[in-house]
Amino acid sequence: MELNRLTAHEFLGKLGKKEITSRDVIADLERCIKKTDPKVKAYVRLSDPLGLSPDAQHLTPDTYHLSGIPVTIKDNICTDGQNTECCSKILAGFKPPYDATVIKKLKSAGAVVLAAKANMDEFAFGSSTENSCFGPTRNPWDLERVPGGSSGGSAAAIAADEAIMALGSDTGGSIRQPAAFCGVVGLKPTYGRVSRYGLIAFASSLDQIGPITKDVRDSALLMNVISGHDTNDSTSVDLPVPDYTRSLTNDIKGMKIALPKEYFIDGMDPEVRSIVEEAVEKLKSLGASCKQVSLPHTEYAVPVYYIIATAEASSNLARFDGVQYGYRAKNTAAHGQSMIEMYKRTRGQGFGEEAKRRILLGTFALSHGYYDAYYLRALKVRTLIKQDFDAVFADFDCIITPTSPTPAFKIGEKAQDPLSMYLSDIYTISVNLAGIPAISLPCGFTKAGLPVGLQILARPFNEEAILRAAHAYEQGTAWHLQKPKL
Amino acid sequence: MEYEAVIGLEVHIHLSTKTKAFCGCSTEFGAEPNSQVCPVCLGFPGSLPVLNKTALEYAIKVGLALGCSVQEYTKFDRKHYYYPDLPKNYQISQYDLPVSKDGFLDINVGNTPKRIRIKRAHLEEDAGKLIHAANSSQVDLNRAGIPLLEIVTEPDINSAQEAYEYLSALKSIIEYLDVSDCDMEKGSLRCDANISIRKKGQTRLGTKAELKNMNSFKGVKDALAYEIERQEHALENGETIIQETRLWDVKAMKTFPMRTKEEAKDYRYFPEPDLPPFIIAKDQIEAIRKQIPELPKAKALRFMKEYGLSEYDAGILVSTKDNADYAEDRLRQGKNKKSVANWLIGPLAGIAGSNNIEISEIKISTGDFLELIDLVENKQVISNLKGKEVLAEMAATGKPPALIIQEKNLAQISDEGALEKEMEAAISENAKSVADYRSGKANALMFLVGQVMKKTGGKANPKVVQEMLKRRLESV
Repeated sequence: MELNRLTAHEFLGKLGKKEITSRDVIADLERCIKKTDPKVKAYVRLSDPLGLSPDAQHLTPDTYHLSGIPVTIKDNICTDGQNTECCSKILAGFKPPYDATVIKKLKSAGAVVLAAKANMDEFAFGSSTENSCFGPTRNPWDLERVPGGSSGGSAAAIAADEAIMALGSDTGGSIRQPAAFCGVVGLKPTYGRVSRYGLIAFASSLDQIGPITKDVRDSALLMNVISGHDTNDSTSVDLPVPDYTRSLTNDIKGMKIALPKEYFIDGMDPEVRSIVEEAVEKLKSLGASCKQVSLPHTEYAVPVYYIIATAEASSNLARFDGVQYGYRAKNTAAHGQSMIEMYKRTRGQGFGEEAKRRILLGTFALSHGYYDAYYLRALKVRTLIKQDFDAVFADFDCIITPTSPTPAFKIGEKAQDPLSMYLSDIYTISVNLAGIPAISLPCGFTKAGLPVGLQILARPFNEEAILRAAHAYEQGTAWHLQKPKL
Repeated sequence: MEYEAVIGLEVHIHLSTKTKAFCGCSTEFGAEPNSQVCPVCLGFPGSLPVLNKTALEYAIKVGLALGCSVQEYTKFDRKHYYYPDLPKNYQISQYDLPVSKDGFLDINVGNTPKRIRIKRAHLEEDAGKLIHAANSSQVDLNRAGIPLLEIVTEPDINSAQEAYEYLSALKSIIEYLDVSDCDMEKGSLRCDANISIRKKGQTRLGTKAELKNMNSFKGVKDALAYEIERQEHALENGETIIQETRLWDVKAMKTFPMRTKEEAKDYRYFPEPDLPPFIIAKDQIEAIRKQIPELPKAKALRFMKEYGLSEYDAGILVSTKDNADYAEDRLRQGKNKKSVANWLIGPLAGIAGSNNIEISEIKISTGDFLELIDLVENKQVISNLKGKEVLAEMAATGKPPALIIQEKNLAQISDEGALEKEMEAAISENAKSVADYRSGKANALMFLVGQVMKKTGGKANPKVVQEMLKRRLESV
């Protein structure tokens, strides 16, 4: 068997029996990447060696939680001395002088952090990984289609067995939607569960780092390592981290599941609808009770999100000005250009189309005279959306929805129509606005052979509930075992 | 036409925390450029701010000392503008919920007390420093992220002198609180002024100018005085005042309009999402209130009451906390409070002034200081004049007064026998004065006393000499 096809928990089992070493896995991984990545393009800057810490092959599973397991990192998470560019020209050559907190945690758990990073939409702006300065990643199930985004590289790498485990980041669905499109498991933790220190910010009040894995158990394993309070992140929450693998009981008898009617609507793809409805039936057969509920402010989620997220992004991206690091427009000083001209040219040349669009939108929303009408109002509606969820979670353990209204679309299909691209996140955005945790896991395939994702939501800091439900569903089905033919 | 100036001041002070406002970097002044930086204060991608709790405590302390109401719910906001010394191109500041607001500071204008209202005091981070060379500009980010407290007055100040008094009183309070060294030269206190003028009696405000680049309290005073005159002159000539930022040029002693194009400022403030709002508990505020020492105004009143000092003397002695402690130690132990105060404010302040140091920095122990006063005023071992010389010598060498008097042979001569010879010489050399005295001109006696003093090198006890002369001239 090619070892790159293993899940992390399978690898740890074999490592324990001394059947394999981390070096063996990485060798197979390198072979697979060499063969497959020219087609999928999940990684960027592959010329770098993948990287293996010298002592990784001597590790046993008892040594650390993730002994010797290679982990693929999205290009917006800082790794000390290794290029971290958010797939943007403006950060060309940027090597952070420090590790993100999640990277520190991974390293101290014995994981091998790969030097080559996963492709993404520039600054996580997008739902297709087409907005990368390195070009698009392709969906391993159909190379003509997008892998979703913005963590499309991480999800495609997992689907194509070009990775064992991966980290993504999720601001409005950027872990879950690509996980759904690629038929893998993606978890967006509660806001504050995982430190954001070292995650290059898109929208600070919405961003979370989370795992993208081959199955639910790996998701729990990775959550065990990356979760927890960080004194470097004032928005991280000081709550104890449970052992998430203990939630994988394969028992959801009596679990109360809510189905929000606003998420099952006429406009959605009929195949997606029937596949998700079948999944609901499966959960019922496993002992869960399911009932329709309402989340009445759902329709405002997309506009509210695009005001808050772009406002924060316009501020977070102000620092990319060519002064200290990254790209600087050439010949500005030589031609006696002013400092302002240097800023303008650097940002004009360094940012891609979508980044510019969002900076403009966000700058406008925060401008004098518009702040109250847009940003402040959006904050108020955000509170209403949060209260919708609070009300449902007073009576239910989980909420089930489709992850995306459609399966993976064609490359180029929505690239010229930002609004229809924004609407592909319609089912994932509310979760970030409310700060709650959610997972996407495979729940079937369309006739054309494209994966469909099931989204499970729970109240803040109840990742255990979604892992429990997801694991029980996964054990009762075999979708996660299917592999694309490449 | 009589005009009135309307002035508001914005004072920025560096809070003297050991580390910066949002990271662990040192705040020490004068280090190698860019040696006290980290990903956070460099604004590197992915880094996040964490509030320095001491900075917040200091800010609360200043707010309380200025009679502000300290807000129980406070938050930070981002203020956006592009400049190379601002690494994130936004400054973490406070917009609508400052740490404290609605306070006041009482000053004296001549002998009239006046209350200057404080609008708000908020915390923010400092920017870096640009160093301009011939063909390039360089950025030093050691200062970036140092906690600043911005204290904004209402437009209650009506003259350059009032502004000066306000700054002096504010500096004094902040030094008492020991939360900043308030050194304008090091940039740890900076002051901008908004100034407009209007006809006396008018209530509508005139168009204001914003003054920057003043590097001392005197600079603020001079710039305001110049600006008041400039605006008056302009109005008298029928010109319109334009709203603009003007820079003080200390060499030219004039303000000049800033050359860069004034664009409408839109800082696009919004709540800093990386820092959740802070709830400051009431008992925390009270605990900080308890740490506030007796402030200069209260101390001056107490000095007047306990030591019988004049308002003027008390005001001088409490100007800094160290001076006040130094003075109080001596006042408390001294027998004659008034003479202790006189020696502190007179000769001791003189020594401090000529050496450009504070009174509190003069190394004369309380015991030595009081002994000298005793030697001069009670024991009359030396004259008042010689006493001042001894004091200067004590300050320079640290030696006790008795030793200096002995070494320099300065002891006053009160022994009549030792003065006999000089007195007889003075009488025989000044027959006219002797005759004048005897014919009833009392003033002549003082001249003769002076002659004896001269002959003894100033060491004779003038009272003894006077008595001796009287007896001698009246007995014959």
